[in-house]
Amino acid sequence: MDANIKLKNELVDDTQTGLKTLQGNSTADMEQEIGATIGQQFVDKPKMQARNVDVFYGEKQAIFDVNMDFGEHEVVALIGPSGCGKTTFLRCLNRMNDTIPICKVTGDISLDGEDIHSKAMDPVLLRARVGMVFQKPNPFPKSVYDNVAYGARLHGLASNKAELDEIVTTSLQRAGLFDEVKDRLQEPGTGLSGGQQQRLCIARTIAVSPEVILMDEPASALDPIATAIIEELIDELRQNYTIAIVTHSMQQAARVSQRTAYFHLGKLVEIGETNQIFTNPQHELTENYITGRFG
Amino acid sequence: MNNTELIKKGLAKRYRREKRFRAYGLMAVMVGFIFLAILLADIIGKAIPAFTQHWIKLEVSFDPDTLGIDEKSDEATIRDANFNAAVKKSIRSLFPEVKKRKDKRKLAAMLSTSAEYQIRDQFLADPEILGQTKTVWVLADDDVDTYYKTADKSKAVRLSDKQIAWADKLLADGLVKKRLNTTLFKNGDSREPEQAGIRGAIKGSFYTLLVTFLLSFPLGVATAVYLEEFAPKNRWVDLIEVNINNLAAVPSIVFGLLGLAVFINYFGLPRSAPLVGGLVLTLMTLPTIIIASRSAIKAVPPSIKEAALGIGASKTQMVFQHVLPLAMPGIFTGTIIGLAQALGETAPLLMIGMVAFIVDIPQGFTDSATVLPVQIYLWADSPERAFVARTSAAILALLVFLVVMNTLAVWLRKKFERRW
Repeated sequence: MDANIKLKNELVDDTQTGLKTLQGNSTADMEQEIGATIGQQFVDKPKMQARNVDVFYGEKQAIFDVNMDFGEHEVVALIGPSGCGKTTFLRCLNRMNDTIPICKVTGDISLDGEDIHSKAMDPVLLRARVGMVFQKPNPFPKSVYDNVAYGARLHGLASNKAELDEIVTTSLQRAGLFDEVKDRLQEPGTGLSGGQQQRLCIARTIAVSPEVILMDEPASALDPIATAIIEELIDELRQNYTIAIVTHSMQQAARVSQRTAYFHLGKLVEIGETNQIFTNPQHELTENYITGRFG
Repeated sequence: MNNTELIKKGLAKRYRREKRFRAYGLMAVMVGFIFLAILLADIIGKAIPAFTQHWIKLEVSFDPDTLGIDEKSDEATIRDANFNAAVKKSIRSLFPEVKKRKDKRKLAAMLSTSAEYQIRDQFLADPEILGQTKTVWVLADDDVDTYYKTADKSKAVRLSDKQIAWADKLLADGLVKKRLNTTLFKNGDSREPEQAGIRGAIKGSFYTLLVTFLLSFPLGVATAVYLEEFAPKNRWVDLIEVNINNLAAVPSIVFGLLGLAVFINYFGLPRSAPLVGGLVLTLMTLPTIIIASRSAIKAVPPSIKEAALGIGASKTQMVFQHVLPLAMPGIFTGTIIGLAQALGETAPLLMIGMVAFIVDIPQGFTDSATVLPVQIYLWADSPERAFVARTSAAILALLVFLVVMNTLAVWLRKKFERRW
């Protein structure tokens, strides 16, 4: 635990003295400081609900008793220092953690009231309904067209070539990429620039028409211009989808999200309206984090 | 002294070290090249005589009395006819002065024993020539052939002085011709060097490797995929892994003994067959393919796997649509290394009888056969001088086989390679 905190502190504060003072007052009383989650955890029209979610990596517990809702047509930002478990929690929502053998998820997570861990819920179907965009752009080494068409082909969403073309075109248009790549749909997707690759990945995700999109720091590897395009895109996508986004940029969280959740050391510390979180945080840790005093 | 000066002081030394290291590398490459060049020059130099053969012109009379047949004879009788006598008669007619029995035998020995079969086949193809005299080119015996090819005539040849005189006379009379040695590529093995060829060994190697490839490639790739992507991480899987790694280090002759005990003695498969050879080499090649395939599969970036799963691909779809295509170049490299190893393998094949003297060219997977490296081993062991050149020629054939195989692999790899 100490090592973790030290690591986080180093990210914020280079100076030795600053580190020492922070360590002095943070490690000792950290445990008491995080109490029950503060704020508006639940919404009226939830799309996904998480109740008493614990995650373990082998012996080590990474997520402690998280309870929260993701409402329809809303963007929820998950923020917090590195290693606080935001990505781990995000990956629980479409059972991507199943692929890690030592990872164990307990508690209830439901999509439209259906338990996603129940036998009736197929992980393949779940991932078609809850799409994911990863931190690093990861287009397949195939053409732009095949990248976007992959999911549609996989799930048999198009019955003929014309329908598939239609899906590819609309997905690229909605991802704001169509005009840039319309003349090179048959060229490899890996040949695009970083920002274009990430939008290609978003197009690939929305091509299967998911109900929820999970985004794991989608703009962390991009320049401000590409980031701005992606942020606009997220705002548009909100009309049709529920979006959960993990981000390290507080400005980004403030710009794109309706609600913001602050995670610390695997616990959900505070959640609420984005405006309220950034202007009037209730918890001391949240305040420290958003004002840049803490990691 | 400040930092800049300190760095400057060390720079010259650093560059010297770099230069030295580059020189070592270059030297290593050069040494390798020189040895390769010496090896190739030696083999090619020794193999050249094997690619030509000397033929002797004879006037053969298809005399019914000598042959002991007439127009009404059926094919069986013709096959048993005394063509040997006809051959002997025609060579003796060139040297009427030879009278002694012993000398006559020596004179006849200057022709290949294949001569009588050659004229028999010619007669069978056209029985109308009975009673006529035809000009026929027959193969010279390997000792005569070697004598013609040896530049330094004083060197010990296995010909008597009389035979040397006859050989010189034949050459002077223009009755000897040097032709391309097609026998080498048409025939199977033989005790007589002039009739020996590598076709049997090449076909044997081809069938054996085909069996090896067809079994070891799917088995090896399936094992690698299962172990890498599906197997649970427990003690049993660890045990299997350790065993596979150990198998790669087992001496190949042990696999031969295993093949003998299991495939031939227990399952009763035929001895000396490419099928059994392929099975044994499969056992030997599998660990190589599995280990190479596993590292190729491991090298596929996890981000691609997550992308596929994240979009709703099942694990099997992820493996077959993304992991395997991306790992294919590496898997091909491993397979080709394994097969190249199998192609050059002799020891395990000795144990299952592929070292037998087999004249017939194998027509299938269960026919008796030998393979190129074993053929090389057999010829290298033969006392006849003409086999020295043929051994080198067989080595060249093996190298060509290998190059063709590798080229195919490189081409396949290029075809499957994708840009990242």
